[in-house]
Amino acid sequence: MTLLEQFQLLLKNANWPDWAVYLTPAIAGILLILVFVLTIIIVFIWWERRLLGRFQLRTGPNRCGPEGIFQPIATAIKILLKEDIVPDKADKLLHFVAPIIVFVPILMLFAVIPVGEGAILVDLNIGIIYIIAISSISVIGIFMASWASNNKYSLIAGMRAIAQMVSYELPVVLSIVGVALVAGSFSMLKIVEAQGIPYILQQPLGFIIFFLGALAEMNRSPFDLLEADSEIVAGYHIEYSGMKFAMFYLGEYGIVLAYAGIMATLFLGGWQGPLLPPIVWFLIKVVIIFSFIIWMRATLPRLRVDQLMSFAWKFLLPMAVINLVIIAVEVLVLPLSMQWLIIILNFGFAAALILLWSKLFTLGGGRVEV
Amino acid sequence: MPIKTEPFYLNIGPQHPSTHGVFRLRVALDGEVVVGVEPIIGYLHRGIEKLAETRTYTQTIPFTDRLDYLSSMTNNLAYCLAVEKLGGLKVPERAEYIRVIFSEIMRISSHMMAVGFFLNDLGAMMTPVLYMWREREKIMDMFEMVCGQRLLYNYMRIGGVSQNLPDDFMPAVKKFLAEMPKYIDEYDQLLAQNEILLARSKGVGILSKDTAIGIGASGPVLRASGVKWDIRKMDPYSIYERFDFEVPTGDTGDCYDRYWVRMLEIRQSVRILEQAIAQIPEKGAVCADVPQFFRPPRGEAYGYLEGPKGNIGFYIVSDGSIAPYRLHIYPPTLINITALSDMVIGWKVADLIIIFGSIDVVLGEIDR
Amino acid sequence: MKFERYGIGIAKGMALTFRHLFRSPITIQYPDEKLVTSRRIRGNELVWFPEKCTGCATCAKSCPQGNIVISTHRGEGSKFEVDIFEIDSGRCIFCGLCVESCPYDALAMGLSYECAKYRRGDLILSKEKLAVSANHQPSAYYRPQFEDKLPKQSLLLYNQAEGGQKLKFLPLSKRKRGSGA
Repeated sequence: MTLLEQFQLLLKNANWPDWAVYLTPAIAGILLILVFVLTIIIVFIWWERRLLGRFQLRTGPNRCGPEGIFQPIATAIKILLKEDIVPDKADKLLHFVAPIIVFVPILMLFAVIPVGEGAILVDLNIGIIYIIAISSISVIGIFMASWASNNKYSLIAGMRAIAQMVSYELPVVLSIVGVALVAGSFSMLKIVEAQGIPYILQQPLGFIIFFLGALAEMNRSPFDLLEADSEIVAGYHIEYSGMKFAMFYLGEYGIVLAYAGIMATLFLGGWQGPLLPPIVWFLIKVVIIFSFIIWMRATLPRLRVDQLMSFAWKFLLPMAVINLVIIAVEVLVLPLSMQWLIIILNFGFAAALILLWSKLFTLGGGRVEV
Repeated sequence: MPIKTEPFYLNIGPQHPSTHGVFRLRVALDGEVVVGVEPIIGYLHRGIEKLAETRTYTQTIPFTDRLDYLSSMTNNLAYCLAVEKLGGLKVPERAEYIRVIFSEIMRISSHMMAVGFFLNDLGAMMTPVLYMWREREKIMDMFEMVCGQRLLYNYMRIGGVSQNLPDDFMPAVKKFLAEMPKYIDEYDQLLAQNEILLARSKGVGILSKDTAIGIGASGPVLRASGVKWDIRKMDPYSIYERFDFEVPTGDTGDCYDRYWVRMLEIRQSVRILEQAIAQIPEKGAVCADVPQFFRPPRGEAYGYLEGPKGNIGFYIVSDGSIAPYRLHIYPPTLINITALSDMVIGWKVADLIIIFGSIDVVLGEIDR
Repeated sequence: MKFERYGIGIAKGMALTFRHLFRSPITIQYPDEKLVTSRRIRGNELVWFPEKCTGCATCAKSCPQGNIVISTHRGEGSKFEVDIFEIDSGRCIFCGLCVESCPYDALAMGLSYECAKYRRGDLILSKEKLAVSANHQPSAYYRPQFEDKLPKQSLLLYNQAEGGQKLKFLPLSKRKRGSGA
């Protein structure tokens, strides 16, 4: 029983009317998530700028508040006070709606991410399916934004967005299915409870595929082709300013937080951990994943669009299918008590597959004859 | 029935993060594939050639700083070589060594910028740029120590250099040279074998040997195509015949070779610098006795040298007065970007950016 | 392109960036900390010594921008007295040729570099503004006689113990908040 349901029960026992019993905890939960997400996003923005600075031998923002922690707030105030510019020939309605369509599904994702025992807004029995479904909606928002801006750079970004996000959905889903297969449930709470040993050990290949796929889904380096600043300037949000830009900006970090949370839940054992309270363990895992993403951003160049596509279809997708088959066979054949054998086997399979794929497949095409 | 399509025209620049200045490319795209490219230049034209006609020979030196502002020293030197050729001047020994030292330090600095921004165009998020700026910053410090400024040095003079080296300079440059190989190794470790970099730049934007010679390309762009041609070896100016160094060349002439040749050239520059520091005479004049209003005899001269970006030349026609009758600048990057359309057709937009970055253009020089 | 090296290159690069995490930053917090500039700095001001100047106008002739205005009258004896000596620092390119050409060491480059003004008219350096004062000192550019009095330049090359640039992990914004007005 989740905390929210307990709250509902409490109100019911206090003889509140039915509609209030239903609405009050829901609104409280939504507000809680909003505050939680926005606070963490603000800390994340600061953490990314600071850590990136340290990777690059700079200091990073350090003026506003202790260690510059209020810098994102100052930035937010600056962005909100800016003039909201809509291009003359833009599709006004789509231009207005697009940031909302990008941002709202990202907030909706947090409804099923458990941050502690029972600390989940709603424990859907199809939690993961819900995540897959909802997270795909932001692609439409991005495409709307790029089309409505009436800008050639953003149009290129939109085309890239559709191709990239749709392609990377497949390996991500397949690697999630592997987890669901072992856990025996789609519910996020059940998946966490099933992880005596974190699934990153049991399914290393699945984690790598999910991680790379998720990187592409959230447009992070080396797959940040949508906003490739050296090529298409800022990509889909090139014509946005003011509050609408802030929505994209928050959405960018929100989806990183969401995917880091999903990764922690599915592969790193969620809130579980010794000594510390569950929420702290959850945040530690999320911050570790986020820091790793920043580290990659600080080091790696980005791929070209055709290489990106072939990386999804030639590398990740076949590997995800094979990974799924291996896990299915293991679940079918090996008894649960032989956990360690499964771990050793899967590490072996992962290494073998990666070596094989590195040798066999080429990445992307070359020059096109015109 | 075939689908009726038409090319998609995209203006890259004049305001664009990776045009390295104010450069405009009118690109015709088919999807993401570049089918046509038309460079449009002239946004930074300041008429330096014309300005020089109303300035004395010495007064033109500060303007040459503003051509290729990332390698001001070699611009100064090329101009001074042309004037010295015109006037038949002899440069003191110590001044020659100082000139070589600064040319080579300038080459390191310029290549650092070129490689850093090439990697930045690839999307490596400023990290290589900032690492390379650390070395460039040390070089800037040394330039500041000697000539008082960090970008527009105005240090070379007709017949020598403007001032003697300060006492602190030699220890600083020795320490710099001692540390430098370690840092170059680090840069190689950072990205030289990175799979993504290899995938992005190997075989991309190939400039064939014949085309490179045909358009008159020079510098690392030419050498990456496999032509072993370096004015320091072919027609040694100053005292380059005294130093032992190699001319690194690439095999295929792709973006990776252009990047890699620059890294190798930095190592060769360090080698030349070590020899020059060991050989430089302790004392002696640093400038020949040249009057302030220098009047060379009537005639014409062409002074050229191997700058960081290639063969930079100054062609001077003198009518015997204190100002040149005509000055013409031969800018290496203007010649090198004429190869751009040969290289980019058929590649993607992302490749266009890195091919353009790998040529290492500075718009101050192209537009003059 | 194949991933022939199984991502070893990527791992090496990431190891390098990770190592940089523990190195001190190379930037300084500018308005709070200031580096000692070169002794020969060509700052954004010039310094003029009226007692040495003979009004020969060699500086004006050597200026590539034609930027130095000098006007004289014949005083007692054969000595010229300078009426107007003006340099428009908004047009000056600070090449230092005037300082080099002065035969009497009457002109020198200044040390200061924070010379932003609200009006273009303020950029014109008149006789009074060019004179030596406490915060308007000559640099040693082409004037080796001033070299010994000036502090040694701080270089990034050396660490702080060797007299180099002040490099430390500036942690707290509390330390010094923007003191410049």
